[in-house]
Amino acid sequence: MTAFLKLLFRNRLAAMGAVVLTAILILVLITPLLPLQNPDATATADRFKRPFTEGYLLGTDHLGRDLASRLLHGTRLSLAVGVVAALIAATIGSAIGIVAGYFGGRTDNIIMRGVDMLMAFPYILLALAIVAALGPGLMNALIAVAAVNVPFFARNIRGITVGLAGREFIDAARLAGMGHTRIILTELLPNVLPVIIIAMSTTVGWMILETAGLSFLGLGSQPPQADLGSMLGEARSALISHPHTSIVPGIMIFLIVMSINLLGDGVRDALDPRLRSGALSRPRATTLVERAGDIPAATDDLLAIQNLETQFHVGKRIYRAVGGVSLAVKPGECLGVIGESGSGKSVTALSVMGLVASPPGVITGGAVRFQGEDLIGAPYESLRRKRGDRVAYIFQDPLSTLHPLYRVGEQLAEAIRSHHKLGKAEGRARAVQLLKDVRIPNAESRIDDYPHEMSGGMRQRVGIAMALANEPDVIIADEPTTALDVTVQAQILSLLDDLRRERGLAIIFITHDFGVVAQLCDRVAVMYAGRIVEEGPTRAVLDAPAHPYTRRLIACVPELGGGRRALAAIPGLPPAVDDLPSGCAFAPRCDKARESCRAGDIPLAGTHPRAVRCLYPEEAV
Amino acid sequence: MPALRIENLAKTFPLKKPLFGAAAPGVRAVRPVSFDVETGETLGVVGESGCGKSTLARMLVGLLEPTEGHIEIEGRALDTADPAAFGKLIQYVFQDPNSSLNPRKTIRQVMEAPLKRLHRMPRPERDARISEIFASVNLREEFLDRYPHEFSGGQAQRIGIARALAANPRIMILDEPVSALDVSVQAQVLNLLADLKEKFGLTYLFITHDLAVVEAVSDRIVVLYFGSVVEIGKAESIFANPRHPYTKLLADSAPVVGRPLTAPEQKGSELPDPLNPPPGCAFAGRCPRATDLCRTHVPELREMGEDQLAACHHPIED
Repeated sequence: MTAFLKLLFRNRLAAMGAVVLTAILILVLITPLLPLQNPDATATADRFKRPFTEGYLLGTDHLGRDLASRLLHGTRLSLAVGVVAALIAATIGSAIGIVAGYFGGRTDNIIMRGVDMLMAFPYILLALAIVAALGPGLMNALIAVAAVNVPFFARNIRGITVGLAGREFIDAARLAGMGHTRIILTELLPNVLPVIIIAMSTTVGWMILETAGLSFLGLGSQPPQADLGSMLGEARSALISHPHTSIVPGIMIFLIVMSINLLGDGVRDALDPRLRSGALSRPRATTLVERAGDIPAATDDLLAIQNLETQFHVGKRIYRAVGGVSLAVKPGECLGVIGESGSGKSVTALSVMGLVASPPGVITGGAVRFQGEDLIGAPYESLRRKRGDRVAYIFQDPLSTLHPLYRVGEQLAEAIRSHHKLGKAEGRARAVQLLKDVRIPNAESRIDDYPHEMSGGMRQRVGIAMALANEPDVIIADEPTTALDVTVQAQILSLLDDLRRERGLAIIFITHDFGVVAQLCDRVAVMYAGRIVEEGPTRAVLDAPAHPYTRRLIACVPELGGGRRALAAIPGLPPAVDDLPSGCAFAPRCDKARESCRAGDIPLAGTHPRAVRCLYPEEAV
Repeated sequence: MPALRIENLAKTFPLKKPLFGAAAPGVRAVRPVSFDVETGETLGVVGESGCGKSTLARMLVGLLEPTEGHIEIEGRALDTADPAAFGKLIQYVFQDPNSSLNPRKTIRQVMEAPLKRLHRMPRPERDARISEIFASVNLREEFLDRYPHEFSGGQAQRIGIARALAANPRIMILDEPVSALDVSVQAQVLNLLADLKEKFGLTYLFITHDLAVVEAVSDRIVVLYFGSVVEIGKAESIFANPRHPYTKLLADSAPVVGRPLTAPEQKGSELPDPLNPPPGCAFAGRCPRATDLCRTHVPELREMGEDQLAACHHPIED
């Protein structure tokens, strides 16, 4: 709650709205206690007194009634009507929306078509029709305004509910024996309540305005009762001769609606979880670089990641996602990077081409050299020319990396065209050839498919084809087969293996699967808590792991053909990278850990090509 | 008497009727499936995405009404599709531990629901029962007053298991219970499940796509393909001596340390289209042994060797 208020008041406009609205609310709440005149007492001798005349702070209207008194009583009434209308509309609308969204199917269809019909009428016409049927009066205006706004809530809440009703916790509630009513009240309602509050805070101003509109037309509050709309309506005939009679209620309506809308927008922004996580802020085109310390010298590797440090700065917290990682590949070589979630393997991969989202990502040290040239801090244009052309990526989920609205052929041609000049027919021919290269059957006809028309395995082939489009030197594959079935995975892996042998591609293959690494990679690096803990030739590392983490990680993974058995689990959890222990990050989970493990930084040591970051390794390397 | 017996259980999802003309016949997500699960047994169900394993699981707990067939638990038929009637006998552990917990409820509220609704347990008894269950899944009781977002994947999955246990079921359906977890945590949860089975005398139906995991935890394994059972056999032998070519393909595709990388099937073979299913064996299009018989006649599941059944016209002999 305090975090919410802090966030809300960081928005200056929302804070201003809150101050103005609070002032108005206090004023109208204490109105009955103030020494005001009777708002309905006429004094025709004192008609149209100007503001600030004695006894009448804001002057008088055409019947000599005190405007200050009428304004405060009128505001009180208008606010009450607006808020009550909003509550009624929100309650009825949300109930309709939740019921329609939860039950779905025919119930949903019937209810929502009814709501659609209601929405088909222009709202003011509908309100007029309702008031005409019920007769003029403030109560009837309130009913009309509430009824007109029901569809807005119903549609909004239904949309949210449909998304929630498919979630697994609703199924879990049904299995726990809850009935429909209980599920709606205790499972769904708490989750849609924030949305209802947001919708209300943004519409209550609008409803006050609508009520004032009806009163202005003489359909709302009836004389002599004052509300803001009727005050404006009565003042209309004296608009030119005595403008203050219209200006006074006009300013009040302006202040109320403005402050409520500013505050409502602020509430919406503060409650929106995407905004809180910073996901709605546009990331920069390349990752922010704030390097301290020396920049490592160039090597003769094709791609060398040197002592790379990437952090996420969120508020005051610093997450050291990558804490000094060095990796290198030569042409035709496949390097496997193994790690659990949060080990920094993906962030390392994304840092190479400056693809880590900034904010919050910052590269704080090290270098990434492609053919000797440092890519960290390189100008955007130079990075853009290499992205996808010299260094290409394959991501885990091809459905989210392919654009759903373009045919795959067009997307392939575009990938080439962004780096090389290419005619339309030529582009198509290249795209067909690429699909053939990744062994998609009937490439000529599949090229006009949309991504959703292909299976997961086919889509990932398109992803690979796109990575190959410009014949890159290095491909960084981030868990490219994790989302795929085993039979499809086997095909994709053998395809990647063929490609690197045929074309001399260097591949950095990120995964959590030892079986995959064993089959595809020449060398492997094991990451834990943002650092490499062990590296070496795949065979050597898998046969004789030197770091206790590697050994125990291999032991946890069941292997096909091993029969039924208990698995050797590693107790505990990986450390959070914003709170790393000093010394070895694995020490808290390691049964061999001693005092010296926790004392200080442990170097990655060993004889080339093997290295391990452990003081008491399982094997001497 | 088997703990769970299903007979000809099938589910067809109707397709939307077009504006003109008759409705299409619908997608047969699960074709008639029959098998028994013995008391205390762990039956593994493997298959790739779209093979109907989750649809089968949802029917078994009553979240989905079967189109035909019936379910028997310990000799009693369960013909209603009311999850509450199922809940006391059979419970479900979800794949994604975080989305199976209501983000706005404390863990205590989550744990109390099955005790209150299914067993009508009064408060003091509930508290005692929750303490007992939390101790058996190695969770600290101070977690009870926290909200789901405060837990890691492994902890949340333990809570999911604890909730299923709270209903005191005879059978647990585990739907990919570890595939969203990291390998080091995966082993913790698998070992916990094995301990709980022993302690509470449970029967498991373990659904997964991971062959190594299913082999490590199961007594028997059912292989599903395109909504049908293609092979049933003992866990220790089914992948070593598969009868059905699909089982062999699965076993050959799994990446294994020390086995060279080869593509186990012709490149570019496509999966059957559920909207336009092939008339004969669904696997015929990918099968190296397929003949004309396979393309026209659906093979029946039949005995092949000891404790092994396969649905194939041309099974692999040893």
